[in-house]
Amino acid sequence: MMRKSPDQISAERLAGQVSAVALAHGDGTLIEDPAVYAPLVVNDRSFKDVTETVCGYTEQPAPLWWYAAITVSSATALLAAVMIPYLIITGVGVWGLNNQVDWAWDITNFVFWIGIGHAGTLISAILCLLKQKWRTAVNRSAEAMTIFAVICAGIFPGIHVGRVWFAWMLFPIPNSNAIWPNFRSPLLWDVFAVSTYATVSLLFWYMGMIPDLATLRDRALRRLATGRKMPCLFMLPTGHTVELKFVNIDRIRAVVYGLLAIGWRFSSRHWHRYEAAYLILAGISTPLVLSVHSIVSFDFATSVVPGWHTTIFPPYFVAGAIFGGFAMVLLLLIPLRAVLPNFSDLLTLRHLENMAKILLVTGMMVGFAYGMEFFIAWYGGNEYEWSVFINNRANPARAPYWWAYWTMITCNVISPQLFWFRAMRQNPWVIWFVSLAVTVGMWFERFVIIVTSLHRAWLPGEWHMFWPTWVDIGTFAGSCGIFLTLFLLFAKFLPMFAMAELKAVLPQADPHEESVHHEGHDPVYAVGGGPGGVHGEHPGGGTHPGYGGGH
Amino acid sequence: MSDAQMKPGTWARDIAMALGTYVPGFARPPARFVSERGQPVHGIVGEFATPAAVYHAAEKVRDAGFKRWDVYSPFPIHGMEEAMGFRRTFLPLLVAAIGFSGAGLGLLFQYWVSAAAYPLVVQGKPYGAWEPFVPIMFELGVLPSAFAALFGMLMLNGLPRFHHPLLARERFLSVSDDTFFLCIEAEDAGFDADRIRSLLEGAGARSIELVEDDA
Repeated sequence: MMRKSPDQISAERLAGQVSAVALAHGDGTLIEDPAVYAPLVVNDRSFKDVTETVCGYTEQPAPLWWYAAITVSSATALLAAVMIPYLIITGVGVWGLNNQVDWAWDITNFVFWIGIGHAGTLISAILCLLKQKWRTAVNRSAEAMTIFAVICAGIFPGIHVGRVWFAWMLFPIPNSNAIWPNFRSPLLWDVFAVSTYATVSLLFWYMGMIPDLATLRDRALRRLATGRKMPCLFMLPTGHTVELKFVNIDRIRAVVYGLLAIGWRFSSRHWHRYEAAYLILAGISTPLVLSVHSIVSFDFATSVVPGWHTTIFPPYFVAGAIFGGFAMVLLLLIPLRAVLPNFSDLLTLRHLENMAKILLVTGMMVGFAYGMEFFIAWYGGNEYEWSVFINNRANPARAPYWWAYWTMITCNVISPQLFWFRAMRQNPWVIWFVSLAVTVGMWFERFVIIVTSLHRAWLPGEWHMFWPTWVDIGTFAGSCGIFLTLFLLFAKFLPMFAMAELKAVLPQADPHEESVHHEGHDPVYAVGGGPGGVHGEHPGGGTHPGYGGGH
Repeated sequence: MSDAQMKPGTWARDIAMALGTYVPGFARPPARFVSERGQPVHGIVGEFATPAAVYHAAEKVRDAGFKRWDVYSPFPIHGMEEAMGFRRTFLPLLVAAIGFSGAGLGLLFQYWVSAAAYPLVVQGKPYGAWEPFVPIMFELGVLPSAFAALFGMLMLNGLPRFHHPLLARERFLSVSDDTFFLCIEAEDAGFDADRIRSLLEGAGARSIELVEDDA
């Protein structure tokens, strides 16, 4: 059989001979015709379905895997709660630091986590300004992940200063010694950038969540008003559930979500200011997110250490942060998509494919930066710079950390190349494994930058290796535990999708929808409850035309 | 000036209403309309099934000349500003004023610290060179802007407000799920129950109810 050309397919579709969905595969969102908007939510979900699905995750009893996961993650988080006091009581010598390598896993972990924390704001701010509607499927969880990653990032610079009780001197606070911080230091810029970023991300996340918290509040209030009591269930490790009969969980939910929703009542006049505020926050977060990792890179780039002293660092760090952040979003959401009911209706294969493409693009940018760094080290003619690249990093015969460098290259540059193949970037588990590789690779990138540049200074007498101690490893594992614990709590107690935004991108949300897509009908909205019940529905999921991003 | 003299839609009545709503110890001015049960009337609310229905109803209510009314929807409906005919919010100007002030004060503060309070020679640069102050100046512009955007939005919306006559009705709570409401408030100068009822009926409301203010 002859294959049709894409032009012919488009022409037939426009002539109404072939529906766009007939050309789609997967879950119906993988439409290859660029002229057709893929549906953002599949299976013809109504507004009510979106509410039920998203609120269901917080209202249904937590599944057994959730208890298992949070047990493991909070036990790991406890590791940090032990390691950090031990470090503070004993001193930073409990890490594998030495006179030569005075920054190692601490700053590696800091840059790793702060980089992961960039995807959330990128998705909520930059993709918002670019009117990428598919971001509604992931923005809430990505923003949550951002905040948790920034919390993990904030731990390390706080404790690596050694005398933690002097950490307040990072901030310009009047003191009896009349000492002020040095505003010309990138390390101080970093304090301001990261704390501003953490605060703004938190405000952005909270503001986006106000309407959805109000939805959870209203559902609890409605159950209270109608006497439909929701059982308060706990699952035992044996798999048995126990009901706490004397607890009316809806009272607690109504109060807690009610306080958090601060009386949001879905008024259009409020929505108008809300959308203005959202756009402003998106507008100021966009340069903010780019500034944060640029400033983090200044910590290195403004020094005179060979391997750090380079002008490519700001864009290179920002691209790497987006790369690592998207990998973490995928790493968390693909398993949730597999285990939570109806999750895949809201987070479609198309969304995963889009994010895989972003991984490919940013991976190529990072790869270009690696290559350009190497090229400039040679072309710049500075023998110390060149020595760092060859003798400290790349040459397996001479560089003791060559394995770290090549792990970085394999994970970050080579593994995303799989996404050139359509079948690879449309397969969630391939995406998941590449994301895992990228996460590992991005950690190694920071390790390579920090440790391989530091471990050999100008004189061979100053050459020292860095090896992590059990405290290094325990603290990093603990930070992963904190991150996962916070994310699991978020998945259980807060709305994991931006319901209001998801509803707004459904096809039936357009107030002009009927008149556009159902020609031949007068504007009969005024009669008998509007046309929604008659023409607004699309019976038979398969015939749903592929729109959702129009207008 | 007694409460009874306050005409609907005047500043005096609005301020008295706001004090009575938000400040403990203040009483609201007496309601203009009282229901059959003797409760003050908040307004008349119509319920709609689709965004299109409430959108076109809003156009009709706008054209009928009402001022104190609102549309309630689970998500912001595209184009509702025009359908309701209200002015753009001045929130962006507020945020810009606060943001630029923050950035300016940040610059002055860094200059004062570096050139006056604690002059340090760093890399032989002049004490007051402005270039290194740019990153923190930017951050100190962004941080207050974000607070202004969120809290300014809430302030202009009259939030937090934990009680509202509409939220006290079980039926209204489906607004956060999939239902659309249009409420014309008794504070509107042209409030007339019969006229509003027929207007909302003509606009296709699937149910019309009087909302009492139980507070």
